[in-house]
Amino acid sequence: MAIILQLLFTGLGIGAVYALVALGFVLIYRATNVVNFAQGQFAMLGGYCMVITTVDLGLPYWLGILITLVVMAGFGAIFNLGVYYPLRHRSFLPVVISTIGASILITNLVLGLYGPEPTTLPGVIDFPGVSLGAVFLDSQYLVIIAVTLILVLLQYFFFEHTLVGKKMQAVSQDKEVASLLGINVTGMIMLTFAYSAVLGGIAGVLVAPILFVSVGLGAQIALKAFAASIIGGFGDVPGAIAGGLIIGVAETLGAFYISVPYKDAFAFILLFAFLLIRPQGIFGEKVSQKA
Amino acid sequence: MSSARTPFAWAMVLVIGLALVLVLPINGYLMNLLMQASTYAIAVLGMTVVLGYTGQINIAQAAFFGIGAYGVALGTTSLGLPFFVALALGAVVAAFFGLVLGGSTLKLGGHYLAMVTISFQEILTLVLTNWISVSHGPDGVANIPRPRLGALALDTSPHYLAVCLVFLFVAAGAVAGLKSSRLGLAMQSVRDNELAAGVIGIDTYRVKIIAFATSAFLGGLGGGLFAGAFRYISPDQFAFDDSVVLLTMVLLGGVDAAIGAVIGTALLILLPEWLRFLKQFYLAVYGLAVILIMVFMPQGIWGFLSGLFRRALPIPAGPLAPLVLGEAVESAEVLLAVEGLAKHFGGLRAVDELDFEVVRGRVHALIGPNGSGKTTTLNLLSGIYKPTAGRIRLAGRDITGLAPHVLARAGIGRTFQNIRLFHSLSAFENVLIGAGRPGESGQDGESRRQRALSALDFVGMVARAHVPVASLPYGHQRLIEIARALAANPTLLLLDEPAAGLNLTEKQNLVALLRRLRGHGLTLLLIEHDMDLVEQVSDRITVLNFGRRIADGTPLEVLRHPEVVAAYLGEVAEDEAA
Repeated sequence: MAIILQLLFTGLGIGAVYALVALGFVLIYRATNVVNFAQGQFAMLGGYCMVITTVDLGLPYWLGILITLVVMAGFGAIFNLGVYYPLRHRSFLPVVISTIGASILITNLVLGLYGPEPTTLPGVIDFPGVSLGAVFLDSQYLVIIAVTLILVLLQYFFFEHTLVGKKMQAVSQDKEVASLLGINVTGMIMLTFAYSAVLGGIAGVLVAPILFVSVGLGAQIALKAFAASIIGGFGDVPGAIAGGLIIGVAETLGAFYISVPYKDAFAFILLFAFLLIRPQGIFGEKVSQKA
Repeated sequence: MSSARTPFAWAMVLVIGLALVLVLPINGYLMNLLMQASTYAIAVLGMTVVLGYTGQINIAQAAFFGIGAYGVALGTTSLGLPFFVALALGAVVAAFFGLVLGGSTLKLGGHYLAMVTISFQEILTLVLTNWISVSHGPDGVANIPRPRLGALALDTSPHYLAVCLVFLFVAAGAVAGLKSSRLGLAMQSVRDNELAAGVIGIDTYRVKIIAFATSAFLGGLGGGLFAGAFRYISPDQFAFDDSVVLLTMVLLGGVDAAIGAVIGTALLILLPEWLRFLKQFYLAVYGLAVILIMVFMPQGIWGFLSGLFRRALPIPAGPLAPLVLGEAVESAEVLLAVEGLAKHFGGLRAVDELDFEVVRGRVHALIGPNGSGKTTTLNLLSGIYKPTAGRIRLAGRDITGLAPHVLARAGIGRTFQNIRLFHSLSAFENVLIGAGRPGESGQDGESRRQRALSALDFVGMVARAHVPVASLPYGHQRLIEIARALAANPTLLLLDEPAAGLNLTEKQNLVALLRRLRGHGLTLLLIEHDMDLVEQVSDRITVLNFGRRIADGTPLEVLRHPEVVAAYLGEVAEDEAA
């Protein structure tokens, strides 16, 4: 029993990271109808940004986080200008291919600059964790779960109770009508990309102390996050969170009870199962084709 | 492809190429590059079929390549199969996986396919690395033999390269020929407009699966030859990065032509040699290239070059036969019967308990204010939506809930409110795809081409047959869309606002066209807002409001009906009645 609880805790922690990346990915999808295949690279960049500022330059942790957030927001804006904006009037396929190109570019640029060796990042707090009976609650996992929870609540408040949030929702529902109402659609999409990059960056910062920071980090997290958003129901915000947590728990249990080398395969097996049995996901995809 | 000389010319290219390879002294390094390029190019041709022709993404081509390579490697070393048997086995297994992946995903949107192919790629890498007892794990498989053909040993590098080149030429020829074939046109119609492809009788799901399996087969074939070329393979040669390289190759060369695949592959195999100074950044340059190609040159190098002298399908010459549209039946039997039809979207009842009948040989109009459920009804009749409740019968046969392509074959044709043509094809190609009820037997290519031309002639567009539809004016595009529907020889033609956006002259021409169609005995069901036009052409009118029928009768009866007047003038019916 204690083992199951322990695995559940670990699974929820890692699942929260997938959920954060999936969330950024869903937000971009809703705003632009584009599936951003470079979302995982945002997390990888966040991790590297932390390593550079706190380990290489020796800055304090809080300052590193602050710099990372600013860098990520700027990066999201540049990403929007370079990868999405020139193709905004084109069909789905060219934009998706363009984001795939961007993910290759980012990965290999970092690889070329920083090399293939993984580096480590210390956790936010030195305190190792607390024991709750037989279950050990690692402090970094506690931080991940807490930060994710806070971010989800903040995001809910932002979209439902602020004007900018409402404008962003309007843009995601109907760009033409939104622009007729005087909403700066281009600006709102820019903001969405920046925010998504920040979310990805935070996921990277959070997960870096658990996994190693390496160029493979992005693809590793992104694929799980994509799977998470499909399992949850494509384009659905609660779905992305639920999907992320489910995959985190499933792969942790799978690695313990079934096979360690195939740990990364469980998310995909779950994904295939969903596609065959319930392709619309837990909460259901809302988009449908119209004549 | 158009003239008989072209295949001959290509055969000469092959013979000269083989002679050069066998005679010239090629050093080992260049030999390796050539073998890599020719085997990769076969896999890239698969990308041409799936991405270029059919518009479906595949980010797992390296996985299929790997399956083919392991087929040859394990088939020859572990199972002791002859080379060519192992090669065929690997390609077939790759195609089988393509079939399974495509079959489970191709009914869903494009982003699912992208993710599923990436996932498949990752799982395959995991399996090849960890299933050591079968795959030999990360160490890979060494000492892969090269083939013998009877007494002829093909194991020297020039001989083996010649084998690869023969396969490449056959594959490239097949892929090039596919483009102008019936299946190839169906693929392109799916790429350009999947919804329209369905309603003119293309089984879009089946076409996509065929394309995906073909692509996987070519991937496996290329991979199998690759294994023989280098005689050693390991899992890291077939990873995600390699799928990206294959994707970049097809995009760079041009997705829409076999020759583009060859150009792209040759360039990207040689390019790293010229880009050596970039060292560890060369993959980053690939990524940048992908973005730049998408932004500035989406058709790739060959697409750009050939765009300067684009050739559409040749148009058969000779006298035109008049278009035959079924037989004129002079009975007043009911052709289409709709009973209790309903379509609910969540709480919205777009169509509710709708009953009406369309009599054979008549023009029946469906009118009503915006949002009254007219287009939804047409979408139900043409199979794009599945009804929530109710029955639809065509000539007595229950056709409720059938797929669009099945309904097209049953005799229902349609046009769309916002024109849906296959925008990268010519007018003739557009009409040809729908010609002669796909799936009906006893039609050769020539009779379908003639039928397509006759249909174009019927709407007065035969002189524009060779023109790419995207460059035709709006009014002409409407006519092409009608010709496309007519070419399929429908029993019932559904027209969704055919007059929308037309000027006065064009509207008068449309009225004449609709009358001619009625004169030929074709049954029409049209949605239209232009009441003048409706009065001029229709025999009967059904009026919808809020998804329900509020009136039904001759134009004279219906247009005076108080509820209809109220619906159109926005007054409350009860007040009017009182």
